[in-house]
Amino acid sequence: MTSATLRHAGWILRGNPLTAVAAAGVFLLTLIAIFGPWIVPYDPIVSNVSQALMPPSAAHIAGTDQLGRDVFSRLIVAARLDLAIAISAVGISFAIGAVIGAICGYTGGRLDRGVGRFVDVVMAFPLFVLAMAMVAALGNRVENIVIATAIINLPFYIRFARAEVNVRRNVGWVEAARACGDSHLSVVLRFLLPNVLPAMAVQISLNLGWAILNAAGLSFIGLGVKPPTPEWGIMVAEGARFISTGKWWLVAFPGLALMLTVLCFNLLGDGVRDILDPRMRT
Amino acid sequence: MVRAGRRFLSSLPALFGVLVFTFLLMRVLPGDPAVFFASGPNAGKEEIEVIRKQMGLNKPVPEQLMLYLYDVGSGNLGRSMMTGQLVTKDLRERLPASLELTFTALLIALVSAVPLGVLAALRPGSVIDHGVRFFCALGVCVPTFVSGLLLIYVFYYLLGLAPDPTGRVDIFASLPPRRTGFLLVDFLLAGDFDGWWAAFRQLVLPALSMALFVVAPLARITRASMLVSLGSDFVRTARSVGLPWWRVVVTYALRNAILPVITIAGIVFSTMLGANVLVEKVFSWPGVASYALDALLSSDYAPVQGFVLLMATVFVIVNLLVDILYGIADPRVTIG
Repeated sequence: MTSATLRHAGWILRGNPLTAVAAAGVFLLTLIAIFGPWIVPYDPIVSNVSQALMPPSAAHIAGTDQLGRDVFSRLIVAARLDLAIAISAVGISFAIGAVIGAICGYTGGRLDRGVGRFVDVVMAFPLFVLAMAMVAALGNRVENIVIATAIINLPFYIRFARAEVNVRRNVGWVEAARACGDSHLSVVLRFLLPNVLPAMAVQISLNLGWAILNAAGLSFIGLGVKPPTPEWGIMVAEGARFISTGKWWLVAFPGLALMLTVLCFNLLGDGVRDILDPRMRT
Repeated sequence: MVRAGRRFLSSLPALFGVLVFTFLLMRVLPGDPAVFFASGPNAGKEEIEVIRKQMGLNKPVPEQLMLYLYDVGSGNLGRSMMTGQLVTKDLRERLPASLELTFTALLIALVSAVPLGVLAALRPGSVIDHGVRFFCALGVCVPTFVSGLLLIYVFYYLLGLAPDPTGRVDIFASLPPRRTGFLLVDFLLAGDFDGWWAAFRQLVLPALSMALFVVAPLARITRASMLVSLGSDFVRTARSVGLPWWRVVVTYALRNAILPVITIAGIVFSTMLGANVLVEKVFSWPGVASYALDALLSSDYAPVQGFVLLMATVFVIVNLLVDILYGIADPRVTIG
């Protein structure tokens, strides 16, 4: 990062304090995900039936669930699993999608058209339904939620990397690298990919929020994570049974956790985009 | 029409791709459904073998695929092990419930998002503009299932305005004679206005929670596209010749800004087909998505494949509609 970029970033942050707040939020979330199990006031798994379904109070600031477990402690501990699922899914699809997309954009031709057609088929589809079918087929496990979320994210990265590489394939420095004897593969991996990475970083941040919602949706309908594991989606699913009798805290707090997390990632993504590409500002 | 026909033909390979994809997904990957449907974990080998044969699982995979394609081509999507009925029959019974929900939600979303976007674009930087942006930023962050449950809490538990959030009608209510399967239409055709009102009350909350999630992208695109068209020469001209402002905004600016909104509406519809699964589960809505989910959780292949194929078909049809709407909104498109 040059000092000009830093100054530009500083200018953006002053003009848009929300980005700074979002960045702080993501940082806090990361801390919670790392240290969660050590800072919670109660054990998130052990039940205590005498304290079941208590509304929020001084002892249990987010109330207790049907087995008397502290909702707040479960929320904190769940952060690690939720973030881990989303980050690994987005990481996988980023790594694979960037390489496939870059190769397609660089070579063009039949491979490009074939992959493009495949991407169209996948994207032209209710992606959540696709993820659902994949988890069911692969087996009802957490790893498969990660894989399914990664696959439904993949088309976006392929398409994005393809477009970004395609406009750069004939520029001077690519020709220079070729003239110096670099192989095609080396041109793609050492020159083109690093060039499109900043733009793709924005996609990552925006996509993380989406991945979190997808993963939580999958576990809400009973796929992947199994009770008693604390996870935001499954906590909402368990609380859903008690909503029509007025036990709002079982749904509202995990919902709030999901909302704030996604909001932070989205705002951060928007902010990073403003810093990297001021023209895209809306 | 020619254009729409060509579009339809070009989407057939995609449909075929979806077909092969779902087949592979459900057949090749691990998990033996025959074992699942055997009487229990200690079922004999012969029993499992009989079920496998019955399900056609003992044939080689390419042959299974050909058989599957032939079946789909002849309108036979197989039989659900859960309900014991033909999948096509089950889907036909339940599709109207899902479509009624999705279309109502789309209507609610459009009716609220377009005016919001227009208002925000008319006064960029104003309180309304910031309010809309704030609402949009929040709207995409709240998962559909959470907003649905919170709506139940507020309108059913706290205020008592909404009916018991399960299903399309009260279990004791009498259903109208089935003509279209859309309850709102059927009740009207039967002249039963009390029934119509009851069905409408059941529909509002699920449709609202689905709409909330998609208002944001629609309002955002309306705002962006209105800003462009409000800044254009023809709007300035229309203003300068003294046309009333609502005519400038609605007839000139909005008409020209509506194309991107239609595109996004098509994409949003696809999202909603996915969100159907969540909303139908929250509200015990007897639609195709909850049917597929139940089948999925009990490793029942045929309904899931049928559902996925149905979703793909609905999606292709909606894309065609979007194309036709394009032509209506902007006649230049049809010529090109």
